[in-house]
Amino acid sequence: MARWAIAIHGGAGVDPNLPEHRQEEAKRVLARCLQVGMDALRGGARALDVVEAVVRELETDPFFNSGRGSALTRRGTVEMEASIMDGRGRRCGAVSGVSTVKNPVSLARLVMDKSPHSYLAFDGAEEFARDQGVEVVDNSYFITEDNVGMLKLAKEANSILFDYRIPLAGPETCSALAGSENHSGMVINGLPISIYAPETVGCAVVDSNGFCAAATSTGGLMNKMAGRIGDSPLIGSGTYACDLCAVSCTGEGEAIIRSTLARDVAAVMEYRGAGLQEAVDYCVKERLDEGFAGLIAVSRSGEVAYGFNCTGMFRGCATEDGFMEVGIWE
Amino acid sequence: MGWAIALHGGAGDIPRSLPPERREPRLATLRRCLDLGTAALRAGRPALDVVELVVREMENCPHFNAGRGSVLTTDGTVEMEACVMDGNTMRCGAVSGLSTVVNAVSLARLVMEKTPHIYLAFDGAEAFAREQGVETMDPSHFITEENKERLRQAKEANRVQIDYTQPIKGQETQAPKDDNSRIGTVGCVAIDAAGNLATATSTGGLVNKMVGRIGDTPVIGAGTYANSLCAVSATGKGEAIIRHTVARDVAAVMEHGGLSLQEAAARVVAGVPPGNVGLVAVSGAGEVSMVHNTAGMFRACATEGGHSEVGIWPDDANGHC
Repeated sequence: MARWAIAIHGGAGVDPNLPEHRQEEAKRVLARCLQVGMDALRGGARALDVVEAVVRELETDPFFNSGRGSALTRRGTVEMEASIMDGRGRRCGAVSGVSTVKNPVSLARLVMDKSPHSYLAFDGAEEFARDQGVEVVDNSYFITEDNVGMLKLAKEANSILFDYRIPLAGPETCSALAGSENHSGMVINGLPISIYAPETVGCAVVDSNGFCAAATSTGGLMNKMAGRIGDSPLIGSGTYACDLCAVSCTGEGEAIIRSTLARDVAAVMEYRGAGLQEAVDYCVKERLDEGFAGLIAVSRSGEVAYGFNCTGMFRGCATEDGFMEVGIWE
Repeated sequence: MGWAIALHGGAGDIPRSLPPERREPRLATLRRCLDLGTAALRAGRPALDVVELVVREMENCPHFNAGRGSVLTTDGTVEMEACVMDGNTMRCGAVSGLSTVVNAVSLARLVMEKTPHIYLAFDGAEAFAREQGVETMDPSHFITEENKERLRQAKEANRVQIDYTQPIKGQETQAPKDDNSRIGTVGCVAIDAAGNLATATSTGGLVNKMVGRIGDTPVIGAGTYANSLCAVSATGKGEAIIRHTVARDVAAVMEHGGLSLQEAAARVVAGVPPGNVGLVAVSGAGEVSMVHNTAGMFRACATEGGHSEVGIWPDDANGHC
């Protein structure tokens, strides 16, 4: 019997000055979702079912940028995307431009299981959702007050934001932020780390049969152009699973796509014979150039690993032998 | 070493019995595009410009499944997608769900050059096209009678096909050998005189595909990929190409396995279930590979060293220049 393991993330690139109470809240959500996965794995659930269940939890919670709580397009709407991959047979499913489906990751799974295709988007994905009878809600369900405020700021700053979770202080906020110190000097997607907050959620699992699976879900970039697709639904970029490992990435989507990050971790293991942590470290260090990103991964032998080249990544991991950890910083 | 170029007009179960009137126009276009591409390379144009101009030509040709001549969705509409990638900077651009843009490959390049994003799709991509003032036509411009007939046959057979090269009913009587005939997608890879690599791919997708279905072409690493080692454009069954991350794997096998382009491409293609994939590729060392595990692939290549080839079936040539 193989040993199970699970890793989850809620996004990479965290402001070092994130208020304590927000950090605690993040860790609570991560711990709760991790527990959902652990309980399922202890009960013998399959990797594919576990990643879907865990990402559904993360989507439903408004704290992170996926499902409810997704970042907004420049039009103030939500366009969500997700992908899921079963390492066993490398079957995959993905959706983009989803605006009424409560759990995009489940729609991605249905694309994989119930359609002749691997990837459906926009109107076609919405139509498929109705054919399949998945739970749909009004687009407004996904929009939170926080994010409406963020979008305003982003437009003022005329730049793209991943998201922005620091509570709004009032009308002076924008100018206050403009003068705020960027302690670490880091800039992500054109914004100093002090006014940027990351997200996208993901999960990578190996079950007690040694099969791996991964899933990723997001609302994408704050103030993105309508129709913009990022790395999360792209197999090989944001998500990948094969018989060796499963990977889910987060961060600057464009950088993750250029480096086909998720596939690269597996390729380094497959073609170079590297171990999981070694492959993760190599890819994060060597493949991202100036791009900021992070990833979580599991291997078929029950290991977990994660890596990021920016200040922090919301994450959690657990293995069958009792290890469990939720974290944000290095 | 010098420049090199390879292009394809789709891999699939192209029957040897394909009648001349269905074969010659495509071969003629391949030859014309090869000439255009080689002339541009001789003139010192950068690889990215070359692959874009070649793919534009193929999009404009109604005999290939891209641009005008794209196969139809189950609703009888056209949803085009394309992708470009520059090997040396690894910048890339992709578009999906286009219905009015005459040259999807050029819009993909504009996404790369004029937006902070890599990939735009459907309404958002169409809106961007208008902002950029690219050439657009009424959707009916892209729809050919041949493709309407293909869709009708596919619906009758109740099957999704990549394309359907069998004769339209009434012209030829030969029954299809395999209903999953696969022709479609066009692509071009090149290395220029300065040693820069680039790739571009464009397609209408699968006959009778679900509305909103995205294939391998715009998924970086699946149907299209370039880095400093090689540039790759793939064609075939999109779902298989995505799962096998075909284009990315050619480069990965070269890098990690130390294989030549030929060896890497052959290995990757052999790893995909037969009848599903073909690709063209060039390497930083000026090698060219054109390989497929289907019955045939419309293809052409040329190198500065003077070799050139245009073909369909395996025995048309060596598969490399």
